[in-house]
Amino acid sequence: MSETAGDTRPEAIRIEGLHKSFGQLEVLKGVSLMAREGDIVAVIGGSGSGKSTMLRCINFLETPSAGQILIGGEAVATRPDGSPANRRQIERIRQSLGMVFQQFNLWSHKTILENLIEVPVHVLRVPKDQAVARAERLLARVGLAEKAGVYPAFLSGGQQQRAAIARALCMEPRAMLFDEPTSALDPELVGEVLAVIRDLAAEGRTMMLVTHEMKFAREVASHVVYLHNGQIEEQGPPEAVFGNPQSDRLKQFLRSVG
Amino acid sequence: MLALTASSTLELLQYSPPGWGANLLRGLMNSVLIALGAFGLGAVIGVGGAYGKLYGGPVLRDLLAIYTTVVRAVPELVLILILYYAVTDAVNQILLGLGQDRIQISGFAAGIAVLGIVQGAYATEVIRGAILSVPGGQVEAARAMGMPAGLLARRITLPLMLSAALPGLANLWLIATKDTALLAVVGFGELTQETRQAAGATKAYFTFFMAAGGLYLALSISSGWLFARAERWARRGQPELRG
Repeated sequence: MSETAGDTRPEAIRIEGLHKSFGQLEVLKGVSLMAREGDIVAVIGGSGSGKSTMLRCINFLETPSAGQILIGGEAVATRPDGSPANRRQIERIRQSLGMVFQQFNLWSHKTILENLIEVPVHVLRVPKDQAVARAERLLARVGLAEKAGVYPAFLSGGQQQRAAIARALCMEPRAMLFDEPTSALDPELVGEVLAVIRDLAAEGRTMMLVTHEMKFAREVASHVVYLHNGQIEEQGPPEAVFGNPQSDRLKQFLRSVG
Repeated sequence: MLALTASSTLELLQYSPPGWGANLLRGLMNSVLIALGAFGLGAVIGVGGAYGKLYGGPVLRDLLAIYTTVVRAVPELVLILILYYAVTDAVNQILLGLGQDRIQISGFAAGIAVLGIVQGAYATEVIRGAILSVPGGQVEAARAMGMPAGLLARRITLPLMLSAALPGLANLWLIATKDTALLAVVGFGELTQETRQAAGATKAYFTFFMAAGGLYLALSISSGWLFARAERWARRGQPELRG
């Protein structure tokens, strides 16, 4: 997100003039945002500010009403109604963006290992032994090596979310999208998931993170975006946004979340 | 006298003539094959119908609504008579018009087609409901990973809906096995027809219809066992719920 002149890192995700309406309700009112490779963009904002919708528009889980999405400089081709025009292109772009959901969304009829290798083996055509080796490495990394053969329903929420992160990583994505990854977790399970995300941040992975964890956002983000009422109200480096907020709304928001 | 009755009963049910056992078993085999064919055809129609009703355009949805409404409203016996006689007649009229010879539609193929169309209408509703019970987030996760729609249906949605669909599909299978008896009206040699012939020829009505009832019962009990196993498999990964 660094707009500093001379930043030559390639751009990873660019959102231009994004609008999204659900019927009469306009949730996003022209959002533009860019993340370069290695950026960690934290998106904060109140309930209903449009932050999750914005994230879901990036991989077209929601169809933008207007605006453009560019991944790695490549614009996603759209029809006049905003839906992806080219099935192969959108599938390829989705494969390059690892998405982590609030509700984990692991496939309940597959074991953790099967969850991890499903798309690599059946969509990306990675040889099965390679996919399994990669999956086992990632499971060890998120501390779930001994849970490979277990079905998701038998894991805690924190373990499921760590497995979901490993599943996204198994695709070797260009960037990770986190949609409130700790909001559905019991408080004592939040830390283990944040530790995994922090670990990914430390290796310089490009991430866009919608979160309510202000302390965490301040700690890991390279850039913080405050969304209010479908528009970017304020943005900047975390020290500025959290340490020296300019707008009254952001000041009020930061007070309210403590 | 009693001993004589018992031994003559056994004789009547013997596998080889003068016993009629081979005929009954041939009838049972035909019934099972037709039920399998009809159930399979019904399941295929059901998956297509359910996806059509859920995600199809307005025209397709209307056509499917007409199909499920009409087929479920008209008695199977009437449908069998319509499809067997009327369709045979129509096909032959067309063939004659084209200067071809008349054909005789095999009772076997017609049986599978008719019962399959009936099964398809019920299966459409069973599977539509089961697809709606699949957690949307799990489907969304697959979409977000760039899984193509066909693969997503085959590897995620359909396996996930199976545990909800199987009890309804098990009902449909049992109905299919018994509906094969309706094909007796078009003279097809399934279990009921074979039983009627054996009973008529020997006047041992009680013996043969009891034997047929026993065979239907054995079929339904073994199917119940198979479906229970299938359901356990389809529910893998789901913790058991005890109310």
